[in-house]
Amino acid sequence: MIEVRRLVKNFGLKPVLRGLDFRAEPGEFVALLGPNGAGKTTMLRILATLSRPTMGEVRVAGYVLPGQASAVRRLLGVVSHQPLLYGDLTAEENLRFYARMYGLSDGARRAVEALQSVGLGPRRRDLVRQFSRGMQQRLAIGRALLHDPQVMLLDEPYTGLDQDASSMLDDVLRRVAVAGRTVVMTSHDLPRAADLATRIDVLSRGVIAASVPQTEITPAGLIDLYRQVTRD
Amino acid sequence: MQPIPRALKVLTWVSAGLFAAALLMTLFYAPREAVMGDVQRVFYFHVASGWVGGLAFLVAAGAGVIYLLRGSRRWDAVGLASVEIGLAFTLANLISGSVWARPIWNTWWTWDPRLVTASVMELVYIAYLLLRQGLEDPDRRARFGAVYAIVGFLSVPLTFLSIRIFRTIHPVVVGNNDPTAQGAFDMTPPMLQTFLFSLFVFTVVYIALLWHRVRMQALAEAVEQRKMKLLSA
Amino acid sequence: MTSGGVLPLTTGERARGYLRAVGAVVWKDLAAELRSRELLSAMLVFALLVILIFNFALELDLATRQTVTSGVLWVTFAFAGTLGLNRSMAVERDRGCLDGLLLAPVDRSALYFGKSIGNLAFMLIVEAIVLPAYSILYNVNLFRPGLVVVVMLGSIGYAAVGTLLASMAVQARTRDVLLPILLFPVVLPVLISAVKATNAVLLGLEAAELWPWLNLLIAYDVIFTAVAFMLFDFVVEE
Repeated sequence: MIEVRRLVKNFGLKPVLRGLDFRAEPGEFVALLGPNGAGKTTMLRILATLSRPTMGEVRVAGYVLPGQASAVRRLLGVVSHQPLLYGDLTAEENLRFYARMYGLSDGARRAVEALQSVGLGPRRRDLVRQFSRGMQQRLAIGRALLHDPQVMLLDEPYTGLDQDASSMLDDVLRRVAVAGRTVVMTSHDLPRAADLATRIDVLSRGVIAASVPQTEITPAGLIDLYRQVTRD
Repeated sequence: MQPIPRALKVLTWVSAGLFAAALLMTLFYAPREAVMGDVQRVFYFHVASGWVGGLAFLVAAGAGVIYLLRGSRRWDAVGLASVEIGLAFTLANLISGSVWARPIWNTWWTWDPRLVTASVMELVYIAYLLLRQGLEDPDRRARFGAVYAIVGFLSVPLTFLSIRIFRTIHPVVVGNNDPTAQGAFDMTPPMLQTFLFSLFVFTVVYIALLWHRVRMQALAEAVEQRKMKLLSA
Repeated sequence: MTSGGVLPLTTGERARGYLRAVGAVVWKDLAAELRSRELLSAMLVFALLVILIFNFALELDLATRQTVTSGVLWVTFAFAGTLGLNRSMAVERDRGCLDGLLLAPVDRSALYFGKSIGNLAFMLIVEAIVLPAYSILYNVNLFRPGLVVVVMLGSIGYAAVGTLLASMAVQARTRDVLLPILLFPVVLPVLISAVKATNAVLLGLEAAELWPWLNLLIAYDVIFTAVAFMLFDFVVEE
């Protein structure tokens, strides 16, 4: 579903991604871990077609990026750590806006369904400005699922969430994963990543330094691996 | 550090020589103008500076287009260098215009199309540099610079047109042979020769400066790269 | 459940999708503004203050007022306009919403048209309020049909270039100061032509005085809408 070969991304003269290789099969849930500045967000932005690779090959669902970026966008659902929501509109209005941007004809129905699925049904007429961070994140996921994407990209979605909100997010993501979508999620939260993902990759200094299926490693083992790979 | 390429060395010496020659021509070879006197000699360098100012803008806009299409940092350097040089020459144009205007029209400034357009061009140049200065990301700096250079370049002729329709007292040197037009004058052959020679010399000087500046930019980037390699090792 | 369009779209579907996206962006800006009214109130208060200041700064007697009106009006619109432009683009930038727009499977130019039409709408709303206000305060008759045309043409040119430049300015550190510096030198032909055309309309001058300015305005609008539309991609893509 996602194929990345020798991906290089430079900002001006500064290299961030240095020849990165990555794969994700359909239905996989990949947790992408790594220290700050390793390039996780950069990589996700490139996959999300928000940024262009300096060099290298990137393919999503068979489409080549950046050339066929517009075709790919239809298949992507992206959740960033910023909510990407308009504070002066209600939850429902935000979703209906995005439904129209995605060319969905039954936007109203989908918006209501999405709100229900993330547990925000009763709050649909409230302004997003009044939502807590947790609620905004849930709404953001609802937005990302509106057009039923095949690939979900999440950039540190748990940032700033309290315990309740995090548990809710867990539920939503488990359901999302079960539906057969391909998911790539960056995170700082090792135990949670180990719990949700089918595979765990560690990005360090611009390349994937380690990749291990979830069944082959324990949470403790993961912490050791992470430390080992990011130390030198 | 790479040495200055031979061609550039030659060009630099040649432009210096040509400039000295042009200076001598304007001061001694060109005849004294009947009505305006010696101050008219400013005219040769005044127009030549204005010409380079416009040329530099054209080059900057063209480099912008090429940069947006190709993405090569070399073209961004050309655009930036051209703007910087154009800024200096347009300033020279404005100042020499003032120096010429004072004795002739008894004023330091005249609100006529050419002078105002030159000032607007100068402001666009400055805005370009301020835009770049306010951005951190070098790629964004290059892209936005290119976009603004293109937009700015396209607006200048329209500005000129609008002011032209608005008013005019600038002497029409080429074309309009009406001697009663205030400040206008006919050019005798030696004057014409000096004029064309000045235009030529200033163009050569522009190219030399451009080349030097682009080269400096490349060297600066090489230094940046080495610095980063050292810091990350 | 099929996802929203894995199959390739027909040209008709793509065109409808494009227009729908433009409409959605315009609706979004207007609806959000209707709720908060921050942008419009800022622009309006600012515009009215500027007009007030002009009254004291210029000491307009009845005769002078006629000739100075068009200049005062357009200076006011130009300054209030930068407020609107800045705010409109800042909304997208601050909450990362621009990414949300960029993720949508539509051509970037749809975003450009959506934003510039929204910006144009805000300018027109402010102008629609300021003109009668000025008319009342200074006892100048501004109810000429030609005026609507001039204001429309001038605002279109201003919004077309302003949207593009504001998208750049908002990404810089010096964002608030930068937009006027970038915009005013470039939008000068619009201001000059609009002032002269407005003057011609208000003083009832003959058509030969008016038409060169209208032509210049139309030419500027066409050229710069096309140019901005082509360059917008480069400003938002990374």
